Amino acid sequence: MIARRSTPDSGTCGSLRISTFCLFLLLGVAAQLSAQEGAVDTTTRSNPQIPPAPVTSLIAEDFNYDDGENIMLTWVPSIDDQPAIGGVTGYQVFQIRNDGVPEKLADLLPGANSFRAQDLQIDSTYRFYVVALADGVSSESIRTAPIRTEREWIDWNLWNLMLITLIIGGAIIVFIETAKRGKKLFVRKIAGLEAVDEAIGRATEMGRPILYIPGIQDMDDVQTLAALTILGRVAEHVATYDIKIRMPVSRSLVMTAARETIKASYQAAGRPDAYSEDMVSYVTDEQFGYVAAVSGIMVREKPATVFLLGAFMAESLILAETGNSVGAIQIAGTARPAQLPFFVAACDFTLIGEELFAASAYLSGEPRALGSLKGQDVGKAIAMVAVVLGMAAVTLYSLTEGGAFKSVADWLHTMFTIASD
Amino acid sequence: MRREIPLGITIFVGFLAIVSFFSPPLEALGEDFTLFFDIIAVFAFFLGGGNLVRIHANKLIKKKPDWIYSIVALLGFFVMLAAGLFKIGNPGDISTSVTAPGSLFAMLYYNLNLPLGSTMYALLAFYVASASYRAFRAKNREATVLLLAAFVILLGSTPFGTVLTSWIPDSFDFLEIPNLAVWIMSSPNLAGQRAILIGIGLGVVSMSLRLILGIERTYLGEDRG
Repeated sequence: MIARRSTPDSGTCGSLRISTFCLFLLLGVAAQLSAQEGAVDTTTRSNPQIPPAPVTSLIAEDFNYDDGENIMLTWVPSIDDQPAIGGVTGYQVFQIRNDGVPEKLADLLPGANSFRAQDLQIDSTYRFYVVALADGVSSESIRTAPIRTEREWIDWNLWNLMLITLIIGGAIIVFIETAKRGKKLFVRKIAGLEAVDEAIGRATEMGRPILYIPGIQDMDDVQTLAALTILGRVAEHVATYDIKIRMPVSRSLVMTAARETIKASYQAAGRPDAYSEDMVSYVTDEQFGYVAAVSGIMVREKPATVFLLGAFMAESLILAETGNSVGAIQIAGTARPAQLPFFVAACDFTLIGEELFAASAYLSGEPRALGSLKGQDVGKAIAMVAVVLGMAAVTLYSLTEGGAFKSVADWLHTMFTIASD
Repeated sequence: MRREIPLGITIFVGFLAIVSFFSPPLEALGEDFTLFFDIIAVFAFFLGGGNLVRIHANKLIKKKPDWIYSIVALLGFFVMLAAGLFKIGNPGDISTSVTAPGSLFAMLYYNLNLPLGSTMYALLAFYVASASYRAFRAKNREATVLLLAAFVILLGSTPFGTVLTSWIPDSFDFLEIPNLAVWIMSSPNLAGQRAILIGIGLGVVSMSLRLILGIERTYLGEDRG
């Protein structure tokens, strides 16, 4: 019975087993395929036709301390923005004007999460949205709330610089006022400026000309202005002692200003008739053309005294060495640190940096001008105290890891750093 | 009035330049003043060119010493001026830039002006050697320090410096000449440069304030009589 029943049953059971096996096989294959699909998802997007996920948390804020033409946008990139899956290929930023027309502002690379919208209209309202791009498909973010551009009149990012300017500027004005009231101010001797009279006297004794070079920059350089103010004092002596002065210049504006300066000095010395426009001549704006011309003048005319005062570049050493080779007494001064060693090496006296700017006040001896030098000293004192404090704070912090020292160092760093946008 | 108007302009523009640095809406205005300077400088160029021609023509006519060089100067001036102004030998029409390759102006500039400038610049090396010779004499204590520092830096920049001190053990490698050279440049030299720069910055502020407040007026040709 069992055997008889088992025969057809065994056939049924066999097909059932095979069916079941096939079913499990199919399910297994399906599960395997499904698992494989899951694995594929980590390297490529499942369906390139499906748009990528949009960016989220899009925020628009008025840019701080600007003239009202900038808005800052920040967002969280699309979750499909991962190089491994090659999802997002970039972003586009759009602005919607008041008339509702969208306008593309920028194309950004994948990974971007901020953008500064510039050149917008002051006191105008804008809305923005960001489009995440994939291969031929894209998705838009939600629109930002309307944001208004606001103009700020003061850039408070520069508060520290403003404070320092007020302190130093205030100190200079206070000392000028003090000097005006008749208080005697002590100013240390500057050897290079003490030698000006001696240098002019030498030219007088030798009967040779004085050569005055005001650098190679134009009137918009404060060093050129400093050189012209010193020229005024030198020219007064030149007029008094009746010495010849030669001043070849490389800028035509400097030529006209120098002529006015010398003319005024000759008038001040009571010798306006002795003034000639030919004392100042334009040569060329070309740097080395100018150097060649001035070197030629030095070699031909052999001046007794050479003044090299102003902004100089590579030509400084050529000029100073040529002057030295003709035996001239040389007084040089510049605010370009890279050229100072050349002047120190080749000239008799060198006005180092600030001394060039102090020269006119020093030579004039006018109380108000001297007062400005004292105010400048306040700035130097502040700088010295800040440098010493900063060094001490950083050193103590590195030795003790004390948070208080770090705070002092950080504060000093903030105080003397110009913030950028 | 001849002094007051320029002084008034100086004071106004000076204060505006300071304020515009701290005020974003005025920033563009401050930049515009720089543009005005360029415009004025262009007009002043005619004064300069005129002066150059007058001086050399005078020298030529009166046969002053070295008048022969004035011919070269005047010839150079007028040929360059004509090439630039009338676009002589310019490829294409008048709208082509005067510095376009193949133009007479570009040819003169690249084949005459630049090589002459480079020649002058190349002479600098010889002047450096001559100045260094005089500067690096141990005349006093300071000059001796300068001489030693220069010696270490020069040696440190050459392979010879490395070879000379390669025997120094690693624990004392700071004594190797190249390391000493780096230390001199990055510590005492940098500190000195910064000190000078701070002084320069303050000097500029002080000088600028004297100009803006009208205390310093020599550059305007002030009558000090």
